[in-house]
Amino acid sequence: MLANAGGNGETAYKTSMKILVIEDDREAADYLSKAFAEAGHTAHLATDGETGFAMAEAGDYDVMVVDRMLPRRDGLSVIAGLRARGNATPVLILSALGEVDDRVTGLRAGGDDYLTKPYAFSELLARVEVLNRRGGTREVETVYRAGDLELDRLSHTVKRAGREIVLQPREFRLLEYLMRHAGQVVTRTMLLENVWDYHFDPQTNVIDVHVSRLRSKIEKGFDSPLLHTIRGAGYMLKAG
Amino acid sequence: MGRRLLAIMNTTAARLSALYLILFSISAVFLVFYMTSLSVRMLTAQTQETINEEVQGLAAAYQRGGLPLLVRTIERRARQPGANLYLIADPNGRILSGNVESLEPGVLDIEGWTEKPFSYQRFGESGAERGAAGQAQRAGETEMRHAALALVLRLPNQMIILVGRDLGEPERFRAVVRRALMVAFGMMGVGALLIWYFVGRRALKRIDSVSEASQRIMDGDLAGRLPVSGAGDEFDRLSESLNAMLTRIASLNEGLRQVSDNIAHDLKTPLTRLRNRAEAALAGAKDPAEYREALEGTIAESDQLIRTFNAILMISRLEAGYSTEALSKVDLAELVRDVVELYEPAAEEVGVILEAETTGPETVDGNRELIAQALSNIVDNSIKYSAGAAEPRVRVRLAREAAGLRLSVDDNGPGIPDAADRQRATERFVRLEKSRSQPGSGLGLSLAKAVMRFHGGRLDLDARDPGLSVAMVFPDAKESG
Repeated sequence: MLANAGGNGETAYKTSMKILVIEDDREAADYLSKAFAEAGHTAHLATDGETGFAMAEAGDYDVMVVDRMLPRRDGLSVIAGLRARGNATPVLILSALGEVDDRVTGLRAGGDDYLTKPYAFSELLARVEVLNRRGGTREVETVYRAGDLELDRLSHTVKRAGREIVLQPREFRLLEYLMRHAGQVVTRTMLLENVWDYHFDPQTNVIDVHVSRLRSKIEKGFDSPLLHTIRGAGYMLKAG
Repeated sequence: MGRRLLAIMNTTAARLSALYLILFSISAVFLVFYMTSLSVRMLTAQTQETINEEVQGLAAAYQRGGLPLLVRTIERRARQPGANLYLIADPNGRILSGNVESLEPGVLDIEGWTEKPFSYQRFGESGAERGAAGQAQRAGETEMRHAALALVLRLPNQMIILVGRDLGEPERFRAVVRRALMVAFGMMGVGALLIWYFVGRRALKRIDSVSEASQRIMDGDLAGRLPVSGAGDEFDRLSESLNAMLTRIASLNEGLRQVSDNIAHDLKTPLTRLRNRAEAALAGAKDPAEYREALEGTIAESDQLIRTFNAILMISRLEAGYSTEALSKVDLAELVRDVVELYEPAAEEVGVILEAETTGPETVDGNRELIAQALSNIVDNSIKYSAGAAEPRVRVRLAREAAGLRLSVDDNGPGIPDAADRQRATERFVRLEKSRSQPGSGLGLSLAKAVMRFHGGRLDLDARDPGLSVAMVFPDAKESG
């Protein structure tokens, strides 16, 4: 799984990140640090809220992974404190809680994403890479391009090699999300959250079917594949 | 018996009655003393009045006939039966005439009303006992003395005249009242003790039976309940609320037990599979591809485990009363369209036609995520089970009915023909025998049911011919704004 998730480092979009992990479970923290390193990132560890807060203030991190329940100072308070001091580093909250309102309170405290334990590392990695602020410049672009695929966010049109592809509204949003994060792994739950705005676990392969429908529309009649399935993780839109 | 009595005295009823007894006694004593002193004062005043009249009569005689007539009048009056006290003494206090033989020394020294009742001896009274032994005589002498009230006058020739009245009557009255008081006290005390004993014992009995029942329940008889006498008194009300609490605890406990049983059963199976898979890979895999496959298999298996676990936790949290903060207005029509749109491609993939039938926006107070998850579980189930049928079709329909909103998912699959089975299908982990081969945690419908209960609604399972209809019935949203 680790090799799989981390083995896509050859893309041009991918940059090495400096990650701060604040997690009091030593074993889990070590595992995360090792796994991030294998994926080509650098992870620093803090095992309590106060230390984590101090490290976040001092260091220039790209992303922080913060456990909700921490000794000395709880995760939400650390995040709120950082936000109050103008620190805008993207934060992913890890929590053993996981109901809808926990998520809402987490995000309200200043978190950018929320993941419930137990989680798959591939899911965590995908989310952290999407959060990376240095990779998040695509928001402002009005036209997304990947190879010969072109998505115009204003006119809601999709073209490949100059030929227009007609998509359903949901398919358009799905492609939009995939293209915004081109070169990054996006998981099924990320798609459900961002394209459908639901946070539950869809059980069966509903997302896969949507993706394969979209894939057949943007790939049928063209030589090169664009939408890749990353085994054990999710999907990645990538040209060439 | 002693300990039992002590226990009764320790009851609230006994304490209260003791307190009442004390308060009542104090006021009774006060009242009796007030009344006796008042009546004694009245009797004394009456006595003084009588003496005054007597003295006026004697003064008239003195004026008419001088000393001789006065002495005669006194001697005549003194001889009458039941007469007042009369005494004439010389200036030195020696008794000359009258019906008083002796009196307390010093009484004659002060003119006017005697300040206090004094003791005296009537003339001739001690005569009856003259012959008795000296000792007894002296004792008798004190006994024969009476208390009296008198007016002492001094004539111009320094002779002393005393006119008095025996106080036997008021004294007797006082004695009678005191005796009555004692008797009343005695009866009151006995009565209070009896009431105390019976009320206290009754209360104690009820409390004892409640304690015994609680002890039995604590000792493991979890089905046991506290006794209710049917009298509808405060003991019954207390027992009833405690019983209601016990029932609630029992149902929670039962839920907990079921969860642990089911966790033991349904998580053990995949865990064993997981372990076996890893073991087999360790023992038999030859090349990296095989290892990889085995590892991927274990991850998929663990994911399924996590999914099951999350579902269990969610159901538990819902049943424990999920925070109602997360409630908002949810448009069910939009939610139906969302879920149907989400599942439509997956349904088509397995040849099932999935369609939505909704009207305009229909809002309920609810949690969008939870309702969507419940609906998607039901839709997922229906697609799965109807997939093998001829012309499989799943229809999600939202309709308003008398009781509220009915969101039903109808399929034309094999359904669950048996009503008891349908009942069981929403229980945790129950996967009816025929569906054992299907993937899934067996928690989909249980979760949907928990979600509906959380929303104050219900989950109905009805048979169709052929197929199954699962309906989420929402109560009407409270009208606000």
